[in-house]
Amino acid sequence: MLEIKNLYVRAGGHEILKGVNLRVNAGEVHSIMGPNGSGKSTLAQVLAGRETYEVTGGEVIYDGKNLLEMAPEERAREGVFMAFQYPVEIPGVGSAQFLKAALNAIRKARGLEELDAMEFLTLVKQRIKVLGMDEKLLHRSVNEGFSGGEKKRGEIFQMALLEPRLCIMDETDSGLDIDALKIVAKGVNGLRSPERAIIVVTHYQRLLDYIVPDYVHVLVDGRIVRSGGKELALELEEKGYARFEGGAGAAAPARR
Amino acid sequence: MSTPIDMIESLVSKEYKWGFVTDIEQDIVPRGLNEDVIRLISAKKEEPEWLLEWRLKAYRHWLTMKEPTWHNVHYPPIDYQNISYYAAPKEKLQSLDEVDPELLRTFEKLGIPLGEQKQLAGVAVDAVFDSVSVATTFKEKLAELGIIFCAFSEAAQRHPELVRKYLGSVVPYTDNFFATLNSAVFTDGSFCYIPKGVRCPMELSTYFRINAESTGQFERTLIIAEPGSYVSYLEGCTAPMRDENQLHAAVVELIAHDDARIKYSTIQNWYPGDKNGKGGIYNFVTKRGKCLGRNSHISWTQVETGSAITWKYPGCMLVGDNSVGEFYSVALTNNRQQADTGTKMIHIGKNTRSTIVSKGISAGYGQNTYRGMVKILKGAAGARNYTQCDSLLIGDKCGAHTFPYIEVKNSTARMEHEASTSKIGDDQIFYCNQRGISKEDAVNLIVNGFCKEVFRELPMEFAVEAQKLLGVSLEGSVG
Repeated sequence: MLEIKNLYVRAGGHEILKGVNLRVNAGEVHSIMGPNGSGKSTLAQVLAGRETYEVTGGEVIYDGKNLLEMAPEERAREGVFMAFQYPVEIPGVGSAQFLKAALNAIRKARGLEELDAMEFLTLVKQRIKVLGMDEKLLHRSVNEGFSGGEKKRGEIFQMALLEPRLCIMDETDSGLDIDALKIVAKGVNGLRSPERAIIVVTHYQRLLDYIVPDYVHVLVDGRIVRSGGKELALELEEKGYARFEGGAGAAAPARR
Repeated sequence: MSTPIDMIESLVSKEYKWGFVTDIEQDIVPRGLNEDVIRLISAKKEEPEWLLEWRLKAYRHWLTMKEPTWHNVHYPPIDYQNISYYAAPKEKLQSLDEVDPELLRTFEKLGIPLGEQKQLAGVAVDAVFDSVSVATTFKEKLAELGIIFCAFSEAAQRHPELVRKYLGSVVPYTDNFFATLNSAVFTDGSFCYIPKGVRCPMELSTYFRINAESTGQFERTLIIAEPGSYVSYLEGCTAPMRDENQLHAAVVELIAHDDARIKYSTIQNWYPGDKNGKGGIYNFVTKRGKCLGRNSHISWTQVETGSAITWKYPGCMLVGDNSVGEFYSVALTNNRQQADTGTKMIHIGKNTRSTIVSKGISAGYGQNTYRGMVKILKGAAGARNYTQCDSLLIGDKCGAHTFPYIEVKNSTARMEHEASTSKIGDDQIFYCNQRGISKEDAVNLIVNGFCKEVFRELPMEFAVEAQKLLGVSLEGSVG
């Protein structure tokens, strides 16, 4: 479904990704781990289409199409979803209204009929219960006044609602306590399907106890230096990233 | 690498689609302002002597006045001698059948069909083209209820006692430079009179259309609501796209007696000038409502998206005890537009209440200034005011400024003032994009969310039009 070939990305005058290669098939769950500054979030954002990042080389093929040539909203309509690390607030815009606009834009692109207000509300109320989220959050403006945990769970809720084909989770676990983490994982696991691919970008192994990946990749200094199965994550937990990093002075991730 | 904002800002804005000119034979008085011009205008309108005298008094007073400069808008000096003060279609109009079909077509193109079969049901329209009212629909039907809805010039002839009683009672001819000028050279506008206890069964509206070049438009509107009556009135306006600036200096006076209610809504869409600031209407308007009676209520709702420069403060004088004044406004400045707008609420009687909700949206290089005055006089015991003043900035080249004036002379007054400034950032647009929402839709969502408190106050038929207008005016501005 997704093929990243030799991707080079620059931002703020620095080269961040230096030749990333990755292949993700439908039905698979991949985890991308790495130390701070390795380029994990950059990779996620570039896939989503954030224009502050400049692609200087390589290509990304999604479903046989050139992903990098598509505007972010086009990518979304083709089924690419990113759960943001820091979901932004949009005061004045009701969550329900926003979600309905998003869902209908995606449904339209899929040749489905748009949902009216009643149909939409019914669907949303069903789904929100699954994530253990309060219905009242729908009455608030998008992410306004949401706690960190509520924002992250909101991202997963949106993912469940929009039913994407490629889910990219950008450090969704950062800032979550164990209970919130379990709820998020439950939501994500509920979306596993042979037609769907999930990329979990994370710093810590902990999330992967609950969202067990098929493949783990280690991203260090803008390149994937090692790939393996889920055991690789445990190995990283035990031994740290140091041995993958060129040069001295690289800190190991904090132990829990 | 350009951000979404840069890319969007470079999109060509949609052309002002009301910018056409109507090719019709017009009677245009040569440019210049002097007593002869005023006598000519008065004669063309067949006005009574006392009205001509009033105009001349105003003109002579105007000659002694100096144009004010305290505003936060900038424009080159206006040459008052280089304006024509009267322009009207050549044919004298008695009935709709006699109206030049080109005129009817013009209004139809603007969405205001005047022909019998196509008239908007539920809305009576007075159509004003340059200096004259060309048609007023449903006049007879309203007259059956005792409601007078006609052109101001007609009212001066047919209902002189009413005009004489109320003209200048809310905005005296000495009030300010532009109101004084208007008092001397005003041409046409609407006159509404709602008799005691009558609830006007339809929306009354006036549509102002500037057509001739090098003219100014000086309309005068007077609305009187007798005790226990209700009227909802809407004004709309557009003008052709021209390189020159044209002056629009109107005066609107509202009088509400005991237990009466006047709801005045405006959707202002004068040509705003091109994206470099060339051309566009100067909209310098004095609008004031007098809540004369006990429990009277006047509310102003405005959506201002056009005009190169807007300078207006629709206000209320809360004279009657328990009277209520409200002001709801969305003012948009895009490209090179400037606005210095707000309201004045003067609390005079007891237990009066005022509400101000002002939403300013700045985009492009637009400069939006809110100037609000809340004045509580000594005798205004128990006065209450709530003011909410919010600014939304789109992109990083525009500006929002706030000048609140609060003057309280009675210790039992209660005032609340809230203000906020926010920005539509790249992050928010990208978040919407990543959920499948296009850039234009994202901006519309955010702007509509921002304005919804004001749109809620508009008569239903016009709320939809206002939302669309905001969308069109913002096109190509997103950033």
